[in-house]
Amino acid sequence: MESRTMPTRLPESRTTTLLRGRSRPRRCGERERLEMGWAIALHGGAGDIPYSLPPERRAPREAALRHCLAVGVAALKASRSPLDVVELVVRELENCPHFNAGRGSVLTTSGTVEMEACIMDGNTKKCGAVSGLSTVVNAISLARLVMEKTPHIYLAFDGAEAFAREQGVATVDANHFITPENVERLKQAKEANRVQIDYTQPVKEEKPQEEASSGKGDSQIGTVGCVAVDGSGNLAAATSTGGLVNKMVGRIGDTPIIGAGTFANSFCAVSATGKGESIMRATVARDVAALMEYKGLSLKEAAAYVVNNVPKGNVGLVAVSANGEVIMPFNTTGMFRACATEDGCSEIGIWPSETDCVLPDPKRNLPTGYLNLQSGGPHFFEVH
Amino acid sequence: MGGWAIAVHGGAGVDPNLPAERQEEAKRVLSRCLNLGIAALRGGCAAVDVVEQVVRELETDPVFNSGRGSALTRRGTVEMEASIMDGRGRRCGAVSGLSTVKNPVSLARLVMDKSPHSYLAFDGAEEFAREQGVEVMDNSYFITEENVGMLKLAKEANSILFDYRIPVPGVETCSASAGSMVDNPLQMNGLPISIYAPETVGCVVLDGNGWCAAATSTGGLMNKMMGRIGDSPLIGSGTYACDLCAVSCTGEGEAIIRSTLARDVAAVMEYKGLGLQEAVDYVIKNRLDEGQAGLIAVSRNGQVAHGFNTTGMFRACATEDGFMDVGIWE
Repeated sequence: MESRTMPTRLPESRTTTLLRGRSRPRRCGERERLEMGWAIALHGGAGDIPYSLPPERRAPREAALRHCLAVGVAALKASRSPLDVVELVVRELENCPHFNAGRGSVLTTSGTVEMEACIMDGNTKKCGAVSGLSTVVNAISLARLVMEKTPHIYLAFDGAEAFAREQGVATVDANHFITPENVERLKQAKEANRVQIDYTQPVKEEKPQEEASSGKGDSQIGTVGCVAVDGSGNLAAATSTGGLVNKMVGRIGDTPIIGAGTFANSFCAVSATGKGESIMRATVARDVAALMEYKGLSLKEAAAYVVNNVPKGNVGLVAVSANGEVIMPFNTTGMFRACATEDGCSEIGIWPSETDCVLPDPKRNLPTGYLNLQSGGPHFFEVH
Repeated sequence: MGGWAIAVHGGAGVDPNLPAERQEEAKRVLSRCLNLGIAALRGGCAAVDVVEQVVRELETDPVFNSGRGSALTRRGTVEMEASIMDGRGRRCGAVSGLSTVKNPVSLARLVMDKSPHSYLAFDGAEEFAREQGVEVMDNSYFITEENVGMLKLAKEANSILFDYRIPVPGVETCSASAGSMVDNPLQMNGLPISIYAPETVGCVVLDGNGWCAAATSTGGLMNKMMGRIGDSPLIGSGTYACDLCAVSCTGEGEAIIRSTLARDVAAVMEYKGLGLQEAVDYVIKNRLDEGQAGLIAVSRNGQVAHGFNTTGMFRACATEDGFMDVGIWE
């Protein structure tokens, strides 16, 4: 089992920004500074997460975040490359049925699963992406294989499935990914859509017509992602999702699109989540990096600028910079998120940190079911 | 503030030995499509309508290899993709993996206008095409005899180079034939330039009301794996438009994707304060690493620009003040 020696010290400010060392502009050779250490952040989706989320739905997700953070921290401590770390952590998140990726993916309008994922290495800017997967246990690992074993970056649908077979990655029957919760979610989404089609009452004023008609509810919540930087400033990002509840068959969101849901270069690594169509048109992940690169902003400034320019309620992101900043901003009600840095800061949260900041407590037991689920580590899926 | 502006391209990476009559033919098609766009702009059409109309025309003409005459996958099938973006509101639509839709760019437009999503692919996109009643053709319509021959040559070329992206360690172990391939520096996407044919078309427009739009359409890469998605349908990579400018890219898709080339033209204008041509030159010089690509762009000030680091790019452009240019080489 992964190390449970979680750093427990909170940053004084109790905010989602952890500034490490001095946040001055990076200079040549600064990467070699001894004060720099690794940092990691991960998310389990941003969206309209009600403050009234009942404990039985909240606790397993917090436990999953804590567990996945521990997996990532252990890997970084073991000097694994950030690329390996983000893949490993996203695999863990995919394997958790409480998030919308891998098992637990939401369903298309036909009741099927179409998963997508993307991974990017900051130094080389090598990247890989997949869409339309229905049998691959860990979409993120297939994205990594596309990056490493093909001349292409992005494979989708039948071609991606054929490539998965060629590479011999673990696959299961498509039904494996479908959870009862998501069957119910699809039913509700369809009912909501039907209601809206015959709608006689006015649509809620706060919501623009376009958004109301796409019938989202909590449907965009649960995309997973991870960003990591090591002590030498190497960066990587990874994102994985089942997409949108009741999405049209064949719909591609922001997650697999380099520059939209996922991006990494030598400045920072970013994984975004929220309403895919908004993230895509705002090229959210690339823009955080572009603002640092072209305008000289800090990660915090860049991320705040980007998030503020996406319509409220549409986006959240996690990002780390080469010089050790970690940030997890969102303009939604909440975002399932966690982060840790080498100097001992750590945070797990759902809603804005001023009102909610969960201390990771190594003594607190995880729910039994969850522990059982995770006991086999990242490769626990049996393929029948 | 200038008036309208328009640019079109028919792909980057041109064989320097392309016969003169083929060059003339390409220029004729570019001029015809450019004039179609000019007429629409003079008639007061919106930028997003003009780019769709012009790219439809480029798709339909088999001279440029999108739509009819598209590149073939390893299995000899056609998988077309396209995207369109309206700078006004940054609305966008994209499609991938089409095998029967006559004009992919128009289906991308329908995804933007008629679906809650921005991007549909493969079976779902084909299903949406049926729902929307767009014109579909038998798959054989898209497959030309010339491209069947090209696929064969591409496969032979690949068999010599095995994997062109991974440097062969120890030059002395290279066979003579591999050596001769390496001696020929003119390659695109790992294919000798004589076999490679630019597969992408695009159009960028600034209309009389100051709005920008961009559209790109492609058959993808000859001998590509089934399911491969390139830069053309990816917003920010092959296509991008905002209130500052509109950009359409072409070339080695993977290099364009990792450099988010189209968005970066706009980003260096927005965040670095560069002018359009400076921005284009900047991204071509600094963002592509060893990749080869070209692009066309218009700005809201009525400027047009292009840039490429390939051997030539089929392109044409015009502005309201009477400037017009059709070219292939530097």
